[in-house]
Parts: sequence; C-alpha cells; structure tokens
Amino acid sequence: MFETIWFMLWGVLWAVYFMLDGFDLGLGALMPFLAKNDTERRLIYRAMGPFWDGNEVWLITAGGVTFAAFPTTYAVMFSGLYSALMLILFALILRGVTFAFRGAVDHPAWKRLWDGCLVIGSFLPALLFGVAFANLFQGIPIDGEGIYQGTLLTLLNPYGLAGGLLFVLLFLVHGSLWLAVKTEGALHERAAATAAKIWPALMVMAVLFLGATRRFTFLYDNYLRQPVLFLIPALTVAALILTYVFIRKAQWWRAWFASAATIATATLFGVVGLYPDLLKSSLSPAYSLNIYNSASSPLTLKIMLGVALTFVPLVIAYQVWVHFLFKEKVTEAHLAEEEAY
Amino acid sequence: MDVLMLSRLQFAVATFFHFIFVPLTLGLSVIIAVMETCYVRTGDEDYRRMAKFWGKIFLVNFAVGVVTGLTLEFQFGTNWSRYSRYVGDVFGSLLAIEATLAFFLESTFLAVWVFGWNRLSPRLHALSIWLVAFASNLSALWILIANSWMQHPVGFTLRGGRAELTDFLAVVTQGLAIQQFFHVISGAYILAGFFVMGVSAYHLLKKQHVEFFSKSFRLALGFALIFSVAEIVQGHYHAGEISKIQPTKLAAMESHWHTQAGAPMHLFLIPDEKNERNLVEWGTIPDALSILAYHTPKAVVKGLKDFPKEDRPPVALTFIAFRVMVLLGVVFVLLTVIGFFKRRKLESSPGYLKIMLYAIPLPYLALQAGWIVTEVGRQPWIVYGLMKTEHAVSHLATSQVWLTFIGFILVYSLLGAAAFYLIGKFAARGPEPVAGGEV
Repeated sequence: MFETIWFMLWGVLWAVYFMLDGFDLGLGALMPFLAKNDTERRLIYRAMGPFWDGNEVWLITAGGVTFAAFPTTYAVMFSGLYSALMLILFALILRGVTFAFRGAVDHPAWKRLWDGCLVIGSFLPALLFGVAFANLFQGIPIDGEGIYQGTLLTLLNPYGLAGGLLFVLLFLVHGSLWLAVKTEGALHERAAATAAKIWPALMVMAVLFLGATRRFTFLYDNYLRQPVLFLIPALTVAALILTYVFIRKAQWWRAWFASAATIATATLFGVVGLYPDLLKSSLSPAYSLNIYNSASSPLTLKIMLGVALTFVPLVIAYQVWVHFLFKEKVTEAHLAEEEAY
Repeated sequence: MDVLMLSRLQFAVATFFHFIFVPLTLGLSVIIAVMETCYVRTGDEDYRRMAKFWGKIFLVNFAVGVVTGLTLEFQFGTNWSRYSRYVGDVFGSLLAIEATLAFFLESTFLAVWVFGWNRLSPRLHALSIWLVAFASNLSALWILIANSWMQHPVGFTLRGGRAELTDFLAVVTQGLAIQQFFHVISGAYILAGFFVMGVSAYHLLKKQHVEFFSKSFRLALGFALIFSVAEIVQGHYHAGEISKIQPTKLAAMESHWHTQAGAPMHLFLIPDEKNERNLVEWGTIPDALSILAYHTPKAVVKGLKDFPKEDRPPVALTFIAFRVMVLLGVVFVLLTVIGFFKRRKLESSPGYLKIMLYAIPLPYLALQAGWIVTEVGRQPWIVYGLMKTEHAVSHLATSQVWLTFIGFILVYSLLGAAAFYLIGKFAARGPEPVAGGEV
C-alpha cells in the first residue's frame, strides 16, 4: 500500500523535475542558435535566472526520495549507471556555477568559457536522462547481487539513444517556448520559429518511440491488463498536438503548458508501464528490483509520506508565487538595472 | 589503488571541497540578513550597500556550495551503494527531508532576494534573505543529524540484512546530533565573522570606505566573538559526548594508549602508531583528560591498546587535526577579545588589522581539521560499530573510478580557481558608490 503510494510519488517527482528543469536545460542547449549577440545571450540567462535553481531541487528531491523510499533501487541504480550519472553530475556542476560566474568578469573569453559550460551542461543531462530512463524502461544488465554487468556503451543501445533523442527534442521545444513566453521582439520571434521548426521532428520521434517501446520493452503489458491506462499516452499525444495548435495560434503560455503536460505524461507513461518494477534486470526477471523487494520499512515510508504531504504543497505554493513575482517579460531594462549576467 | 581507496579519496575531495564553501554560506547569510534588517530598521543607506556588497560575494560562494553538494547525494549511491542499501531506511530519509524542507526554500528565496530588490518592499526583501539563512542552517541541521547517526547509530533495528528505522525521534533528537549542529554552526559563524573582518581589514588598511568597513568589521566582530567563546564551551561538552559514545575516537584525539584512572593530558606529544606509544610526552597535566572527559579526576579513560588494532582509527592524523582545531579555537577567542577592545580605534591599529587580514584562512583550516577528527576518527567504521568502510563500497571497475576521480580534480580545480578569483575580485573592489554620486 505505502509502497504503491511511494512508487506513484516517485514517478510524479521525476515527471515534475523533467517538466520544470526541462525548459531551462532545453533553453541552455539552444542558446547558441537563439542568441545573435551578447545582449540576447544575457536575456536568455535572465529568462531562466530566477527559476533554474528551484527547478533543479526537484532532481535532488527525486534522488533523495529514491534513496529514502527504495534504498536498494537507489544503490543499484546509481552504482550501475555510474558513468552516465557522473557525466550528468559534472555537466550540472559546470552549468550551475555558470549562472553565478558568467557576468562577474567583463571579458569575451571568460563569457565564452561559461557559455560553453551552459550549452554542454544543458545538452548532456537532457540527452543522458533520456538514455537512462529509456534503459530503465527496457531493463539493464544487473545480476542477482545487484551488480551492473555492462559499461556506459551498454546504455547507448538503439532504444536508449532513441530515449535520449526524444528527451532532447522535448526539452528543446519546451525551452524555446519558455523563451517565447519570456521575451519580445526579435528574440521572441526566433524562439517561436524554433519551437515550430523542432516540433515536427519531436512528433515523429514521439511516434517512433511509442512504437519502439512495444518492440523493446514490456511497458505495454500493464496497459493491456488495464486498458483505461491508455489514457496516459493518449494524453501525451493530445498534449503534444495541442502544443502545436497553440504555437500556430501564437498563444505562448498555453503552448508552454501543453509542452509541460507532454513531458509530464510521457514520463508517467513509462513509470506506469514499469509498475511494480523500479529497476528491471535484462538478465533475469528474478533479479529485477520492485517496490516490494527494495522498499524501506513501513515506518520510514509513513514518516516520509507525512513530510511529503505537508511540505511539497508548500513548496509548490511558494514556487508558483515566485513565477507570479517574476511574471513579466525580460527586457534590457532588467539587465541594466540588475547588472545581470 | 583499488576502488575502495579511490572512492574514499574521491569522497574526501568532494566533501572537503564542498565544506570550503558551505560554512561561509551558513554564516554570511545570517550576517547579511542582520545587515539588511538594520537597513529596514534605521533606513541607513550604508546597511543596504553592505547587504549588496557582501551579497555579491555570497552568491559566488553559494553557487559553488550548492553544486558541490549535489555531488555528495549522488556519491552515496554511486560509490557507496552497499552502505546506501544497508542504511537507506534511516539515512536516506534524512537526506530526502533535508531536500524537501531546506533546499527548496533556500534556492527559491535566494532567487527572490537576488532579483527582488526593486519588486518587494524592503521588509519582504529582508525576509527573503532571512529565509535563505534559515533554510541553509536548517539543511545543516538535517545533514548533521544524518552524520551523527553514522557516528552513533540509534533508533533502529537490524532486519533482513539492513538497518531499519524504529524510532525517528531518537534519531533526530540524539545528543550528538544537537552537539554537532551547534559545533558546526558556531564554527561556520566564526568563519564568516573572520571572513568579513579580514576583508574589512584589507580596506581599512588602505584607508578606503572607512565608515562602511568599520561598520562591517564591528558587526562581524560581535558575531565572531560570541561564537568563538560559545564554541570553546560547547566543544568541551561535545568532546564529553564523544568520550561516551566513541571511545576509540577520543583515545585517538588524545593519542591515549593505556587505559588508566586519572588519565593525564600532554601539552605536547608525538604519537608513534607503530609501537603503540608516544615518542615524546611533554608538559603533562595529571588527571586532565579524565576531568575533561568525565568531570572527575579519577575517571577511567580507555586507551587505544584496549581496542583491537583493526578497530582503531589512524591515530596521528586524528590527533594532529584535533590539536590544530583546539589551538585555533583558542586563537579565535584571543583575536576577537583583542578586537573587542580595539573596536572603536580600528583605523589606528594597523598591526591588528593586518593580523585579521591574514587570519582569514585560519577558520577554514579549523573547520576542515574538525571534519578530519570527525570522519577519520570514526574509521575504520562508516557507521560506528555497525558497518566498516571497506564493506560499504560499490562494485565498480577501478578504471571507472579513476576517470571520475580525475574528473573531480579537474572540474573542482576550475571551480576553485574561478571562485577564489571572483571572491577576491569582489572583495577588493569595495562597495557600490553611495546613491547621489558622492564618493
């Protein structure tokens, strides 16, 4: 019972993380293509400035909850995906300090250095999270001792790479929509056009991925058992199409929300398909970690549920408030006044 | 080197580097909050400029602290997976609580503070930095509760090959957790106080922004003085707690080999681990160790020889780190007391200012030494008495860990160089000019 609740919360936390950090990861990766000069680059930084760190805490929380609720899964997953996770970590480290460091020295080489860190630090996590999650859906070679019997290259299989590409495209659309929401003028136009241009590729990739999921994973088994669950991927597709509809209508906030819903439901689609497994072993189903053989004690799950139900709504409340506080479009006036970036 | 040694080194590099930045975050956030509160209360523009000036340094420092903290959460799983599996029920939940209660608050309201200068009323704006200060100190509380559980596991039972939580309150309210929290927090406040005093001294020595930096100096001095004194008193009780729950650590801290009643202390000694004795013992104070640890002169203090060799921590390192920490703790009291008497005539005390400028690294050294005592002194256990460090490490290829270890060295070198450069630059530049153009 508590295991199932925590499994759902675990999935929701990852979904929220991708939905939120997705826009600043995508925007960071797209920066060189969207900005034509330093002012535009600074506007892009400023568009993410008040939000990116708060977004990233959802990752820390998702990781922490994996540790707290399913410690065995946390242990096997993090040691098994060692190299991929470390790459993500280095990327996020360099990316994180970029926001604080970039504007501190007025020298082109200095700015280029940190711009490079932003781009790589945004692109790599987007790609690798996709690769990692596709591999979780598919199963990874862990043995009965929970020891990973592969390498980083094992993860770069066709389905894993497809997942990586899907995530990148999702985040690129998400990020350019965010910039379309947050800016005006030439930068806004470019962001809007970019979202419209990437969207068809995303649509194709999404359909391919849904098909490949049938070929490479057992995710659909849960859906075939409970056909009502097909609502989730149906929502994903609907949200994806709505994204385009709103792009066409130039309704940027709505497009962004539709894109957010696409990302969230896409994540949930995979998570629901996994249930009750958390970490499938591709070597033998007997080695798979599920919510029963890897969960914490009922007491820990209960305490953590109390903490989550009390504080997560509070977090959501003040993060939403922050979005209202900084709801206006970013302009050069902001840059001058705040000496930002 | 094997995976165990590499993982230990990697974790050591990651935590020590992380803890170069964390204490300044903990203390400076409070100091800035006090400054901004002074501004709200008095309307004195200088205090607003102070909050802004120290805030710039704070932001650079904060960023490095945050991103290097991310590493630690990852590493429990990546490198210490057997540990994570064994203790996740207790330890993992503490980390998750830390993130939910503190990290969100901290990072969200820091953004509010940075971008909110012209959007919020001065009162609300000051509140946002208070929330940041509260949240970062709250996160210290939770991580220290987690660390204390590794030092002294309580409130659990062993079931199905792992430690399962049985008493949450026992875990979060145990004596050591409270002691460690106050010890680390006071240390961080001392460090931040000395940092602000040192940077202020630099400008006062150059006779620039005198009014501004005199105010900063005095505010930080009060802060550092209170906590330097508190740290000594608290440290005494802290050591008493350790003598009860980690006798091997206490014995290593004092390089105390033979169990005896009325154990003495030596002002100076050189440990000789190989031969299980001290090479030199000088300035012996009879009964001092017994009194300090148990408050009675004839109390029995267990010596290292009474513990199996494989259960003892590295003695020399623990001992030296402890001595360095204590010695510096005394130095901090002296320097702040001297400062108290010079506080009205700082500009005419260049000698003292120079000392305070060069004293900036000392609290850093003291805090790192303190962590060496805590963590090296806990060895060979990762969870004291329960799990040895060698049994905690993941099954990984040596080459994998070599690569990431080198990666950490490279990335952290870049981070460290950039951060120190920027902090130095901002510190030396001085505050923004007074509104209205007056120099």
